[in-house]
Amino acid sequence: MGLKDFIDKFKGRKKLKIEEGSWIKCEKCKSLLFIDDLLKNLKICPHCGYTFRMSAKERVDSLLDTVYNYDLFSKIKPVDIIGFKDTKRYKDRLKEAQEKTGLNDAIIVAHGKMFDKEVVIASMDFNFMGGSMGSVVGAKFVRGAEFAIEKRIPFISVAASGGARMQESIISLMQMAKTSIAVDRMNKAGILYISVLTDPTMGGVSASFAFLGDIIIAEPESLIGFAGPRVIEQTIRQQLPEGFQRSEFLLEKGQIDMVVDRKNLKKTIYTLIKHTHG
Amino acid sequence: MDLDKEIQALNDQIAILRERVKKGEHQLINEVVKLRKRFKKLAKEKMESLSAWDRVQLARHPKRPHTIDYINNLFTDFIELHGDRRFADDKAIIAGFANFEGKPVCIIGHEKGRDTKEKIERNFGMPHPEGYRKAIRVMKLAEKFKRPVITFIDTPGAYPGIGAEERGQSQAIAESIMTMGSLRTPIVATVIGEGGSGGALALGVADRILMLENAIYSVISPEGCAAILFKSAESAPQAAENLKITAKNLFELGIIDYIVKEPLGGAHLQPEKMYRILRRALRDNLKLTENKNLDKLVEDRHRKFYSMGRFIEK
Repeated sequence: MGLKDFIDKFKGRKKLKIEEGSWIKCEKCKSLLFIDDLLKNLKICPHCGYTFRMSAKERVDSLLDTVYNYDLFSKIKPVDIIGFKDTKRYKDRLKEAQEKTGLNDAIIVAHGKMFDKEVVIASMDFNFMGGSMGSVVGAKFVRGAEFAIEKRIPFISVAASGGARMQESIISLMQMAKTSIAVDRMNKAGILYISVLTDPTMGGVSASFAFLGDIIIAEPESLIGFAGPRVIEQTIRQQLPEGFQRSEFLLEKGQIDMVVDRKNLKKTIYTLIKHTHG
Repeated sequence: MDLDKEIQALNDQIAILRERVKKGEHQLINEVVKLRKRFKKLAKEKMESLSAWDRVQLARHPKRPHTIDYINNLFTDFIELHGDRRFADDKAIIAGFANFEGKPVCIIGHEKGRDTKEKIERNFGMPHPEGYRKAIRVMKLAEKFKRPVITFIDTPGAYPGIGAEERGQSQAIAESIMTMGSLRTPIVATVIGEGGSGGALALGVADRILMLENAIYSVISPEGCAAILFKSAESAPQAAENLKITAKNLFELGIIDYIVKEPLGGAHLQPEKMYRILRRALRDNLKLTENKNLDKLVEDRHRKFYSMGRFIEK
């Protein structure tokens, strides 16, 4: 469940590094890409197909045609509950993350239309403290679910998270219960819940709402699992097989419904909505 | 742990003297009374000044009563149920029917195992998905037969392994959490030792959450937190302190409902006394969940967990 495992593993790997103004280099094939082209191409490298990580807002833009509200519950902001300090104060980490991402916390809950269908999208941002789930992620997820129930519209979550936010200690663990209960309330109200897993979806997020979708879709080659690969390797003292905990592996093991690339994601979700709420 | 050795030595000495008194050496009774006084004073002082890290050691103490001990001493007619009907029987979780004070209940708990062989069999109390799926199965039986569920939490965490991931550790934990969240029967959970992260919470979504005085409950082990955030394994005691993982911390944070007092020096020193105390606590807390309308019971449980979390809104 080590958050650092993921942050280390992905640091710099999929982040967009803007060089020389509007040109960036693909992390995989090293081609120089014009940033506007890349954004138009859903942050997929046109040469090698490498997918750069999307921000929460970019994700919403990629899925919605009309956005009524990018963040329904933007007034909800994090606090340092227990005065947590490791090598840094949680307060300072929050401030840094807020400045870096322009977000209050690691999730936005958007309301809008996908073609002609009204939906709610809870979109996570890995750049905000590794997409970790604390009180704000829990609260906004739950409000979004209740909003979907009230409006009787489908609810979509896009997970990108290293797991629970350690700096909120036990309270972050309880967000797993809180969000899972929200999913069950949607179940009982007959609301479609589609869970999209992106790179990475781990720990407390994976073991709560992310794996409770009516339909679970993963982006290609995403790392998805409960325990972090490094923790597993240390425990079993073996090297993990190639492709372990990746989307394609999970599909083969029957853990998810499908692996869908970014370009087909919107169409797939829309078709599923029509099949269920049509 | 020094504290433990000193108190344990006194405790043992008292036990020996008591035996001798029983066998007729009545003159020793004064000595017993004296030692007992010293023991109480010493233990009380020490217990009050315990650090979070000390409590971690107590929570993991090799002689600490486990789920099996509570089942054997607090319940009658226990019938264990096995298997998840899908893959295997996970011995890291024990589940079944029993009577508690004459009333039928369902029990689900983590079991770490006592000796080496049993520890290996039970995987040190670290469940695989099968364990959680067995738990879910028994929860649904409890709901069907209108029996309250009593859970005992004592795990370092869900097992991080290849098979566990392949078979959906995340999904199993998530489903267990969700099932408990809306189960239409009362649930009382007790953290008896180690409450290790999601693997613990999977048995912890309850109407009443109890925690033994020296148990710990945390989103990550102090060692894990030290390695990740403090960047040094030696910082585990500091991480334990900062994470706020003791029963007192959790009560103050509004996460647990009730602290179960332990005998002086810890549950392992006087297990019989521990059983008596927990029996009373379970009885009292079960009573609070009884005779409630089931819709209201579930609605209250939802509200309880919905209220967990702190943020500002403006």
